[in-house]
Amino acid sequence: MNCTDFLAKLTDFFDGQIEPDLLAEVKEHLGTCHHCEVVVNTTRKTIDIYRHEQPYEFPEELSTRLRGAIMERCKQSKEAAEAKARLHEELTRTSSRGS
Amino acid sequence: MAAHSSSLAEDPAELSGATAAVEAHPDLELVERAKAGDTAAFEQLVRQYDRQIYRTALHITQNREDAEDITQDVFFKAFQKLDQFQGNSKFSTWLVRIAVNESLMRLRKRKTSKTVSMDQDVQTEEGSIPRDFAEWRPNPEQIYSQGELGEILRKTIAGLPPGFRTVFTLRDIENLSTEETAEALGLSVPAVKSRLLRARLQLRERLSRYFRKANEGSK
Repeated sequence: MNCTDFLAKLTDFFDGQIEPDLLAEVKEHLGTCHHCEVVVNTTRKTIDIYRHEQPYEFPEELSTRLRGAIMERCKQSKEAAEAKARLHEELTRTSSRGS
Repeated sequence: MAAHSSSLAEDPAELSGATAAVEAHPDLELVERAKAGDTAAFEQLVRQYDRQIYRTALHITQNREDAEDITQDVFFKAFQKLDQFQGNSKFSTWLVRIAVNESLMRLRKRKTSKTVSMDQDVQTEEGSIPRDFAEWRPNPEQIYSQGELGEILRKTIAGLPPGFRTVFTLRDIENLSTEETAEALGLSVPAVKSRLLRARLQLRERLSRYFRKANEGSK
């Protein structure tokens, strides 16, 4: 396995979705290629940092405000749908009485 | 690669019947209750996924106001279209797909002269071959204050093309599986893997400028 072959398998390697035979080849390559070893270590660190440091905060205050606004819109939508249904029912009843 | 990704469905309902059945998820009970008119059940779903939806929108749009608006719109649309969710995919994946569509629409509105899609700039060869082989310091995140580190991470990921940024966000930050990421983005699994590799390598390359060992030139 050369560096290009190794790179092609990098995503599967990180995701643990690599066949046992290929995994042995990948490990063998890593044991002899310092550049690829650095790429693996620093790429893994890249993923870890983004996963654990979470560059964007989501404070409780924001969550509460957004949830309040969402539920208010949902409530209004539900009430409008119910009012429409009632009106439709009323009209149906009136027209059936008329005929 | 592009053939699978050029058109993300605007209507989340298109996703509902698109995938094979999965095991029953605890969300399904909440969804059924919400469908029956229980708004408290829907509010519980909002609590569970508002963070994920907001961060996904923010990573794609890079704009806090847009991300707030999108978060509201996503849950409101989901509420209105609950009947179209059949439970063939995870509810959270369904929400993420709506969020991605809404976010890309915002980007398109902002850049009226350009088309913004999952395909934008993904043809670039940048980052597909590693160039920087410097080792990093043992705990690179400790070199900088929390504020400085956050700024570096934001600036670095903002430099990725939207198609790469979105795949990395869903797969590596929000921890969706490769299959879920593919489903949420309307991409094939090989396309997700390819973009993920290049996103990871590009980010690694850029972060290396900050985190490489001092004797190889750094802060």
